[in-house]
Amino acid sequence: MAPSEYDSTTQYIAVLKEPLWKMARLRRWVGNISFHLGGVALMVRDLLRASREKWETSEILRQMDALGVQSISITNLTALFTGMVLALQTAYALSQFGGKFFVGRIVVLSLTRELGPTLTALMVAARVGSGITAELGTMAVTEQVDALRALGASPIRKLVLPRVLAVTLMLPVLTLLADFIGTVGGLFIAVFELKLGASFYLSTVAQSTGVNDILHGLFKTPFFGFEIAIIGCYNGLNATGGADGVGRATTTAVVIAAIVVLMSDFFLTKLFLVLPLGLK
Amino acid sequence: MRPLSESGVMRILRTGMPAGAPIITFKGVSKAYGSKRVLDDVDLEVKRGEVLVILGGSGSGKSVSLRQMNGLEQPDEGEVWVDGEEISHLPEESLVPIRKKVGMLFQSGALFDSMTVFENIAFALREHTSWPEARIAERVAEVLGFVNLGRDVERLLPSSLSGGMRKRVSLARTVALKPEVLLYDEPTTGLDPVTAMTINRLIKDLNERLATTSVVVTHDIVSALFVADRIAFLESGRFVFTGTPEDAKVSDVPDLREFLTAGNTLA
Repeated sequence: MAPSEYDSTTQYIAVLKEPLWKMARLRRWVGNISFHLGGVALMVRDLLRASREKWETSEILRQMDALGVQSISITNLTALFTGMVLALQTAYALSQFGGKFFVGRIVVLSLTRELGPTLTALMVAARVGSGITAELGTMAVTEQVDALRALGASPIRKLVLPRVLAVTLMLPVLTLLADFIGTVGGLFIAVFELKLGASFYLSTVAQSTGVNDILHGLFKTPFFGFEIAIIGCYNGLNATGGADGVGRATTTAVVIAAIVVLMSDFFLTKLFLVLPLGLK
Repeated sequence: MRPLSESGVMRILRTGMPAGAPIITFKGVSKAYGSKRVLDDVDLEVKRGEVLVILGGSGSGKSVSLRQMNGLEQPDEGEVWVDGEEISHLPEESLVPIRKKVGMLFQSGALFDSMTVFENIAFALREHTSWPEARIAERVAEVLGFVNLGRDVERLLPSSLSGGMRKRVSLARTVALKPEVLLYDEPTTGLDPVTAMTINRLIKDLNERLATTSVVVTHDIVSALFVADRIAFLESGRFVFTGTPEDAKVSDVPDLREFLTAGNTLA
């Protein structure tokens, strides 16, 4: 018996259902991302306007301490173990090529050009980005942000500007420290595990590192700091729905900040290699 | 002619306007969230010097209408006039002068929990005046006195205050800048009856003493009948009754009658 028209229609629907459902999900996802990006762009515009008004210097310094200085232990610990594991992996992976004699060079170049800035930014995104979102999110859902507005103050100037400035200014400092501590981590492994002389390790480090390498890494960090803070602030100020909403906003902020840091790392690296800034 | 009261004289001296002239006016205000129309072509006048209570059930749009009065939210359609200025489409930075005139007490108190009581109250003074710290401290002590609190609470953090004290500190913070209008969002919600009555007395007392205009949003009938000069009853996004508490008691609006009866039964 030939299939009826009805049967063939339901078959088409059955076949198309899955891709249509996926397309609808993709559309919603693209819509959410666009909405998010648009919101962040508007916040950047408001931030630029607010930066022309009087700065809250004491609040900026307080945030530099809370978000920057108090992150030193976590970023340095990460850098120390990264330096140590880099030294170990280099020595063993390149052992047939005499890898342990390249340990100093590989550790310091990897750290200063790439791992120091990126890992520090990711740790700051986890600690500071989540902290900013949770704090501002709690303020938003408990009407404290509305109270600030009702008292004639600007949440952008009072809350966002000090945090964005603090993270943007402190991330290069944290990265520089992390570069140093990571190199010291490599030194520990070189001396105690690979039985190299400390002076040999340090001389290879000194010979292979130029100011360019350090600047190449450091120049990316203010961008990372700005991204982490603005994403944290945006998600916090737009949190709704009580504790659950703050939790969701915090997770979203950390995930988006980490992705944006990694993506912008590629584009900034490419940009610095292309532009005639002497940072190759 | 009835002689002017002391607060009436203060009001004229402060604002140059007698009681009874409208200070806040809604003209055809509508507001929707998605497909839900919360305010539907609403007209309302708040007269200078009065205590207007906006009554209504949960989700009837009471708080939304209050938030239009200081520009925390803006209507989709219609006009909101505050002290002769149309504010419904003003950008955030242009609303600052309005917000200095129109103070707001939030349902939760909304004290800044990272600041002490002193810093909370001093916040607006530091933001909008160039007063020296000594004068700010004097004003903080004065407004704490208005809400029957002593200077001993100044160093406390909001987390160590009871619900009633938080509301009073929040009220002190709101009046520190000497606003002309006070907006109260559910001022007695979550408080025990004795503390709620203390807040009710404060609302009346401050309205008289500071010669302000007050708009109180509540679903607490006892509170409404105690503080109100006029009551506006909001239902399905429209004010279906506006009048004195005495008029409200004999109103033939079925939902208002039901509301008052249920409230009186509970009281």
